[in-house]
Amino acid sequence: MTKYGSNAHAIAALVREAEVHRDVYVDPEIFELEMEHLFPNSWVYVGHASQLSKPGDFITANIGRQPVLASRHTDGSIHVFYNRCPHKGVKIASEPCGNTGKFFRCPYHAWSFKTDGSLLAIPLKKGYEGTGFGDTQANEGLSKVKNVVIYRDFIFARLNDNGVSFEDYFGESLSTIDNMVDRSPEGKLAVMATPIRYMHTCNWKMLVENQTDTCHPMVAHESSAGTAVKVWKREQGDATETPMAVQLYGPFMSPYEFYEQSGIRIWPNGHGHTGVANSIHSNYSDVPGYLDQMVAAYGEKRAHEILGEVRHNTVYFPNIMVKGAVQILRNFIPIAVDRTLVESWVYRLVGAPDKLYERALMYNRFINAPTSIVGHDDLEMYERAQEGLKSNGNQWINLRRLYDGNEEQDVTAVINGTSERQMRNQFHAWAKFMTMDMDKHVEAAE
Amino acid sequence: MITENTIADFIYREAELLDTMQWQAWLDLFHPEGHYWMPLEWQQQDPVLQPSLMYEDLLLLKVRVERLAGERTFSQKPKSRCHHLLQAPRIVACDAVAGVFKARTSYIYTETRGDMLERYSGWASHEIVQVGDTLKIKLKRVDLVNFDAPFGNIQLFM
Ligand code: FES
Ligand SMILES: [Fe+2]
Repeated sequence: MTKYGSNAHAIAALVREAEVHRDVYVDPEIFELEMEHLFPNSWVYVGHASQLSKPGDFITANIGRQPVLASRHTDGSIHVFYNRCPHKGVKIASEPCGNTGKFFRCPYHAWSFKTDGSLLAIPLKKGYEGTGFGDTQANEGLSKVKNVVIYRDFIFARLNDNGVSFEDYFGESLSTIDNMVDRSPEGKLAVMATPIRYMHTCNWKMLVENQTDTCHPMVAHESSAGTAVKVWKREQGDATETPMAVQLYGPFMSPYEFYEQSGIRIWPNGHGHTGVANSIHSNYSDVPGYLDQMVAAYGEKRAHEILGEVRHNTVYFPNIMVKGAVQILRNFIPIAVDRTLVESWVYRLVGAPDKLYERALMYNRFINAPTSIVGHDDLEMYERAQEGLKSNGNQWINLRRLYDGNEEQDVTAVINGTSERQMRNQFHAWAKFMTMDMDKHVEAAE
Repeated sequence: MITENTIADFIYREAELLDTMQWQAWLDLFHPEGHYWMPLEWQQQDPVLQPSLMYEDLLLLKVRVERLAGERTFSQKPKSRCHHLLQAPRIVACDAVAGVFKARTSYIYTETRGDMLERYSGWASHEIVQVGDTLKIKLKRVDLVNFDAPFGNIQLFM
């Protein structure tokens, strides 16, 4: 007997106003239900259009547990399919990316498909004459993911046919993506490199929550960022400039007041970001020539507006985080209830000086790599939480920091930067998207 | 006189310092402008405008070493240990007059912490220079055979 399967009430009961039950992180059944409901009901990041620059280019990804494939068709359009042959189910593309030429060819019996997914040819086709093949789903070729939106080159898909529209789902939160793209003098980003991949032995939501947890850096990262600052103070000698590396590490050690004042903004459907007034990205030294390029492209006022927006982490519910000021997107890919693959992508600002790309790549390996000391601090905490939550002493996770008792859900608000409200916002969205296509099952069972 | 044997011995010694956790002595092997590099791409050429797992100068290596012993370094409670199994280094260049010494060493590296044990295979490429009568590492480049795999924490040095 399952405890939660299709029981919207039981699932909703895991999320209280300012507390969450540990089962959302440790119960394998909840994880399976997330794969079945939460991810298909949400708009999930698939990849970036610059990874599909030529016709025939493809990338593969997973939405929840389901393998998908995105390709650039000969007419320039981008399509997303289920990565499965309509014949016997073989995965069409097995590599993370590549170019398939004019068509996809299944490696098992050589059925082939155009880059828009339609069936191109079957060997010995006459064996299907008079079999009714024309009426089968297989005749349509690769199954399409129907709900796909490419927003400023970011490809998002929703697997379920019904649900919240892209515009309603993201709303104003898209301003973080806008700002990241606008930071290119040409208004364009490009993926030039493979992502850094990091395996986390913890539940994927621990990472998502951590993105707006501003009460941990000065504690957990004292070991890495704190040591970096300490060693630099000792060794700087008569250096006149703080090295880029120390500029990147240093702000993690900012005091609570800094994070309180920098603020958090929440949006409906679980999105939100830290760093409203300022952020750990506020004080990097200028890159020569860049401001001039921006002013030339956007005019004085707009250029300053774009560069003055230094949001820290933006969570796009359910499972990506965007860092506009250093052009990084982290994808928290759920593998199992206690296993999460983190892919950290760096985008190049097209037309901007190399130095900015250098800084983005540096940030990515300092913070997001398996070899990152800051990463070690965080993962250690997630692993300890995954262990600690097995304790029966207390089955609830406390998210009550700066909770005022009548918080409205699905609103936009700017709040104290050390609030746990964005985490509450995420869990409200979690319960909503987990159960939104479940009600009918519940009624049927009652 | 620096010979091929001197270079090989130097490389074995370096691994021994890591395996015995003599971190300060290990740092002392580096040239002031030395770097430690772990590429993230096949036969990568550029450590700065291509992504790497690590590309650290002496300052950053000192940070790592100091962190390992830190009172609040929770990811080192319990501590990690490591083991290098080296193949005989292949000396690629040994020109004492020009001061150019290069070697490539195939290895298997093991890192362990608590009940966890992870094994990695790769090649270390050393660029070494002579400073007075000592040798210093200008560049240690570590290419993993599966550089593109999603690893868990790698906390020590390969
Ligand atoms: S399974 Fe793809 S052609 Fe047969
Ligand atoms: Fe952190």
